[in-house]
Amino acid sequence: MFDQALSDVKVVDLTWHIAGPYCTKLLADYGAEVIKVERPSQGDPARGMGPFFQDDPHPEKSGLFLHLNTNKKGITLNLRTTTGKKILKELIKEADILVESFSPRVMPSLGLDYETLKDINPKLVMTSVSNFGQTGPYRDFKASEIVEYAMGGEMYSTGIDGREPLKLGGNVGQYQAGTVASVATMGALFSAGSQEVGQHVDVSIMETQAGSADRRAVYLLGYACAGVITTRWPPPREAVRMIILPQGVYPCADGFINTLSLPQWWPRYLEAMGMPELKDDPRFENIFSVEAGLEFDAIWYNWLADHSKDELFQKFLDARVASAPVNSPADLHAFPHLKERQYFTEIDHPQTGKVEYPGAPFKMSETPWHVRYPAPLLGQHNEEIYCDTLGYPREELVKLRESGII
Amino acid sequence: MSKLPLEGVRVVAMPVVFAGPFATMLLADLGAEVILVESVFHFPPVTRGYFPRPPQELVPTTGATFGGTGGIQTYVDHWAGDRPWDRFVMFHALGRNKLSCCMDLTRPEGVDVFKRLIKTSDVFLESNAPSAMEKLGLTYDVLSEVNPELIYLSMPGLGCTGPQKYCSLFGAQLQALAGHTWLTRYPDLDYTTTQSLLFHCDASSGATAAFAVLCALHHRRRSGKGQFIDLAQIETVVPHLGEAMMDYTMNGRVQEPTGNRHPSMAPQGVYRCRGEDRWVAISVTTDAEWQGLCLAIGSPVWTSDERFSTALGRLEHHDEIDKSLEEWTSCHDHYDVMYILQKQGVPAGPILDQRDAYHDAQLQSRGFFEVVNHREAGTHRYPGMLWKMSGTPLSIRKAPPCLGEHNDYVFKDVMGMSDDEIAALEKEQIIGGDEYLIESFF
Repeated sequence: MFDQALSDVKVVDLTWHIAGPYCTKLLADYGAEVIKVERPSQGDPARGMGPFFQDDPHPEKSGLFLHLNTNKKGITLNLRTTTGKKILKELIKEADILVESFSPRVMPSLGLDYETLKDINPKLVMTSVSNFGQTGPYRDFKASEIVEYAMGGEMYSTGIDGREPLKLGGNVGQYQAGTVASVATMGALFSAGSQEVGQHVDVSIMETQAGSADRRAVYLLGYACAGVITTRWPPPREAVRMIILPQGVYPCADGFINTLSLPQWWPRYLEAMGMPELKDDPRFENIFSVEAGLEFDAIWYNWLADHSKDELFQKFLDARVASAPVNSPADLHAFPHLKERQYFTEIDHPQTGKVEYPGAPFKMSETPWHVRYPAPLLGQHNEEIYCDTLGYPREELVKLRESGII
Repeated sequence: MSKLPLEGVRVVAMPVVFAGPFATMLLADLGAEVILVESVFHFPPVTRGYFPRPPQELVPTTGATFGGTGGIQTYVDHWAGDRPWDRFVMFHALGRNKLSCCMDLTRPEGVDVFKRLIKTSDVFLESNAPSAMEKLGLTYDVLSEVNPELIYLSMPGLGCTGPQKYCSLFGAQLQALAGHTWLTRYPDLDYTTTQSLLFHCDASSGATAAFAVLCALHHRRRSGKGQFIDLAQIETVVPHLGEAMMDYTMNGRVQEPTGNRHPSMAPQGVYRCRGEDRWVAISVTTDAEWQGLCLAIGSPVWTSDERFSTALGRLEHHDEIDKSLEEWTSCHDHYDVMYILQKQGVPAGPILDQRDAYHDAQLQSRGFFEVVNHREAGTHRYPGMLWKMSGTPLSIRKAPPCLGEHNDYVFKDVMGMSDDEIAALEKEQIIGGDEYLIESFF
């Protein structure tokens, strides 16, 4: 068998939507055997979320679901039935890890709280991913990507002065929570390996935002240590600047570039622009002055307008200035550097055929990321797991199906 | 259980800026002994400050300075002091639970000291451009000979292979390259008004790198083998944009930004509340939640409009709904809106500025902030752990290290150097703290 870093790890996965499934995707893509448990007939609600392959809203064609559930085996099980719970406990008995992302009342109400499950399997690592955590006054509150970013993340200072705060694109907060949950889960697994005892890991999406969302922890501490409330700034053109150099997104001949410069890079900019003579220009004697900034802007915007974003990327790279084009998903897909690294990975799926997916988030020399199978069809591995793994006779499977348990 | 999960694991690290420091913070929180190898001769940008000694103009007193990077540039109490590198807030936000020692890796004797440290370590993690380790002669080939079981993780922006591997970019540019900046803007304005400092890429790559190290540690425990991990920061953010990427690869569609709105549900947005610059985020994701919202705000006549009864209709008339909804929210405190709407099962929450967060009931109830006393910076409440563990509770055990604070511990206790040897190396300025080498930063 192909040896991957987590080939010996067994995971029972009760997660749905984005955060939990991304956590178990990371485990699965690095080799863990992940059994994804879905509700009979509907399955993971992510199956109903777009984008859909060829815009066909079919539960096996959700690009979101397909992306988040690679390398997992899928079974259906109704956890509200006694038999359903009994079967789940059989799976948990043999597992190293259980990940769930229900609202905090659900697992206890099913009689599947950590205290009960650890009696079945003392070494079990149980990770719960929820909006606000398993405790506290907001425990049962509902949330969404924008609500999590508003409360936990740095939405207050995202956007521009005079406008409403702006959400980051996509659902990155959910993915980040899943990534952090994978770290917490692996930490607990490592501990279980050396101390022979598992534990319950409580991941609050709000706290993963407050502790890691782009600038949040830094700005929080800036308030505690210096009383700074960081607000939304004016856009670059109107910004009151203390240094001459550009900071932000600027237009060029065929799009936009992002640049973030350090004050000591002034000569590098002039080199990239092919205007070294400006270094001795009296207008730029004090690069920290607003006047110098405005003088420079006039030159800068004109120069940018004459160059394409790819040209600019190369010029700035050569001059060691941190600057890059604002890529669309299409531009990113065509980015030669990622092509050379064989980043996008083709995966075959019975309902979509071959489609390219985002690939390995890191490359391990001994135990690589690897696609063993695509996201499961709803209940695809019922027979394998129930009959071959748990030893239920095939006749039993028919009964379970008829009674709506699987 | 009393031992922390990674107790006994030693991580040597040369992380810069945000992503690497964040990765090593997560490992340190889990109990690993993380030793930062720093230098009193070389000052990496934006790690312990933009400059060793910033001009006073660059020690901002508010968030809105330095072309918009004010919040990142903050020094404790707006005062750089004698040791600015020990007072830079960004370093403090990521430095907890780590140790710091200093050596000069540009000289062969320094490299020898470093290799001896690597011999006693489990993991080496660095986030410099690939050229840095090559120049110092500290690539995986070299260090794996010193310690064959070593796990070596490099996390440059664009990875360790490929035509542009030597380019050095910050999170903000990696975001732009990855397509995240593309998806983040006000739909009615162009990209030049986009917040220039989106660093999700730092967050994603820091957490992913910590996961990578844990995978390798797990594998090593089973196999006895170390390995090399090539982590391109950009490749950790692309999967976080799964929906947009899959829409392109499956359908050839380039998604456009939707601002604060949801592509298929409505209404969703941020709405003005009572007070100055106060906002609440509201997100209606089902018809039931829409009915809950109508009920919560007292079912005014406009909510019974037939056109608003389906998600499609609400999407179509989003502006109209926003206007009426904001009339209601603007009469209320942002927290009150949360309580009123949540009572009816509607996802809603206030936009918390940094001060609000310190007073937030949920973060307080869960003990998110922890008091830290720091030699140079004094006593403050720091953002704390990103998750809770029932068996091995994590906490801020150590304040962020001052530059070279743990030289003695590392050279004597970890590496077993004699006092004479330490004195000789200090005399040659191969190792040493900032006490007598401060001037070298200029």
